[in-house]
Amino acid sequence: MENPKTMIKVDELQTSFYTSKGEIKAVDGVSFDVPTGKTLGIVGESGSGKSITSLSIMRLLEDPGKIKGGKITFSGEDLLAKSESAMRSIRGNRISMIFQEPMTSLNPVFTIGDQIAESYMIHEGLSKKQALKKALGMLELVGIPSPKDRLKAYPHQLSGGMRQRAMIAIALACRPELLIADEPTTALDVTIQAQILRLINNLQDELGMSMMLITHDLGVVAETCDYVAVMYAGKIVEYADVNTLFHSPKHPYTVGLLKSLPRHDIDQEELEVIKGMVPRPDDLPDGCRFAPRCPFATKLCEEKLPTLDTMADKNQVRCWIYTDQWDGPEVNVKNDYGTAQSK
Amino acid sequence: MAETTVNVSTQNTKRVNPQVENFKTMWRKLKTNRVAMAGGILILFFMIISVIGPWFTSYDPLLPDISSRLQGPSAEHWFGTDHHGRDIFTRIIHGMSITLYIGFVSVAIGMVIGVFIGIIAGYYGKRTDAVLMRIMDVFLAFPGILLALGIVAVLGGSINNVIIAIAVFSIPVFARIVRGSTLSVKNLEYIDAVRALGASDARIIFRHILPNILSPIIVQATLRVATAVLTATGLSFLGLGAQPPTPEWGAMLAAGRNYMWEHPHIALFPGLAIVAVVLAFNLFGDGVRDALDPKIKS
Repeated sequence: MENPKTMIKVDELQTSFYTSKGEIKAVDGVSFDVPTGKTLGIVGESGSGKSITSLSIMRLLEDPGKIKGGKITFSGEDLLAKSESAMRSIRGNRISMIFQEPMTSLNPVFTIGDQIAESYMIHEGLSKKQALKKALGMLELVGIPSPKDRLKAYPHQLSGGMRQRAMIAIALACRPELLIADEPTTALDVTIQAQILRLINNLQDELGMSMMLITHDLGVVAETCDYVAVMYAGKIVEYADVNTLFHSPKHPYTVGLLKSLPRHDIDQEELEVIKGMVPRPDDLPDGCRFAPRCPFATKLCEEKLPTLDTMADKNQVRCWIYTDQWDGPEVNVKNDYGTAQSK
Repeated sequence: MAETTVNVSTQNTKRVNPQVENFKTMWRKLKTNRVAMAGGILILFFMIISVIGPWFTSYDPLLPDISSRLQGPSAEHWFGTDHHGRDIFTRIIHGMSITLYIGFVSVAIGMVIGVFIGIIAGYYGKRTDAVLMRIMDVFLAFPGILLALGIVAVLGGSINNVIIAIAVFSIPVFARIVRGSTLSVKNLEYIDAVRALGASDARIIFRHILPNILSPIIVQATLRVATAVLTATGLSFLGLGAQPPTPEWGAMLAAGRNYMWEHPHIALFPGLAIVAVVLAFNLFGDGVRDALDPKIKS
């Protein structure tokens, strides 16, 4: 999946939290890249390390979190080598972030206009008046009705969807090259979700941005992403382009996630669930991290961690089933998952 | 919840700053609190007196008049005269501005420094926090008046030194409150959001955190003025603050002490003036605190 024009390349990123209980490996050797103008979806349950990955890229980790190793290259520049002030001029300017909660991500004591204008004042050194003028343009761009009035509105006067549009306006104000959207639609109504996703997609095309979409919702991924990385307990378990992933998922975890989605095309009495819980990050299994929940797990899986291997159809999968060393019976993960799970 | 409903229905026409709105709500609650309003009106009244009062008194606050020494209250001398024959009413009116000046200026200085220390400690946390707050703890360990006494004893007795002393012992009080509020605000998502926008620490602290923690600062400042007035007059009473013949209430009280049995009015009226000012600020401050507390419904 190498692309000549790579916007951001993350290579063997390791982020750990150093607590009194010892080191907690939140992100453990994650590699991916986002080609210019494309969207990478990062999918996983809570605690899989997807948000920590994005905070690592922004270098916004709070103590006791630390980037332990790896390399992050953003349009040819090494982000981890940059000074804090150099990072500040990148944040909100060349890499922007949209947060999950539009309700709490806006400062309650400033108007929407002030908060969009702030980007311009920080990064382009504009006066407040000029900045507000450009902020008005942004509100129009994100499709907020009667933008002139909204400019002077306070966050509590807007609905959730409007606030998320305002957040998008703030994030895109300086025309970033990369947008990191961390669960941008999770807190919204289903109907609003579709609108916001469409808006983000359209703006991405219009501005030619690259995007990282962090979500636990595979429906959102199908609609917006070009590539998908599935994360589990700090590691990528499957990495593929979106069509391959949905049509021929390889990793039992990916299959489990897909099976747990409600479908309209087949009759379902009950939704499948992935049994068990995500392992605690301070108590990870020695072998494959999914092994305790995997219906196909063998002794090998419990003892040794598989590597992320590239398959014939260019999927990358971290699973013993697809290797020569596989010691279990012949399985087709996609077809046999349900029966194996019910056993 | 009635206010919230109103807000929603008028959301397209009215543009209200939630902070202004916050203060409006506070004002609405405060208005119904009669005791606090009485305190507030008294404060206003004292402030007006301190500015225009001196023009309306017919005596000189400093000039002795031996012929009319130690007179009791009368139509001519409402509060009587002191041992130098000076009109006590005139002196109290002139002393009002000194008292309020000390109260406001010392609290303002203590507040600015305390807020700064508290917000830095709360925002940066870790070692910065530990060092700053331990220093504050040292200050807090002394009883306020004792600390002020020590400072004035070192610097020498004068109104300005009293202000410095009171400011110093107000600093840790503000620092503690502001640190706590900063801790609760700094982890909110909108602070992360502005950080992700590339805002500098100074911008985050002063533009985004400070406006969100004003309420407790205001309450503390109001209550603190009362303490400051009490301490200032106390220091002057002990001879460490304003020096005679300055018409400072504490100093007047001290002078009247010698005539306490024969001529109690000399000490009584300055004492009552102190009580009135301290009470006014306390009542008002309590009212403001209740009104700003979202948990207390009026």
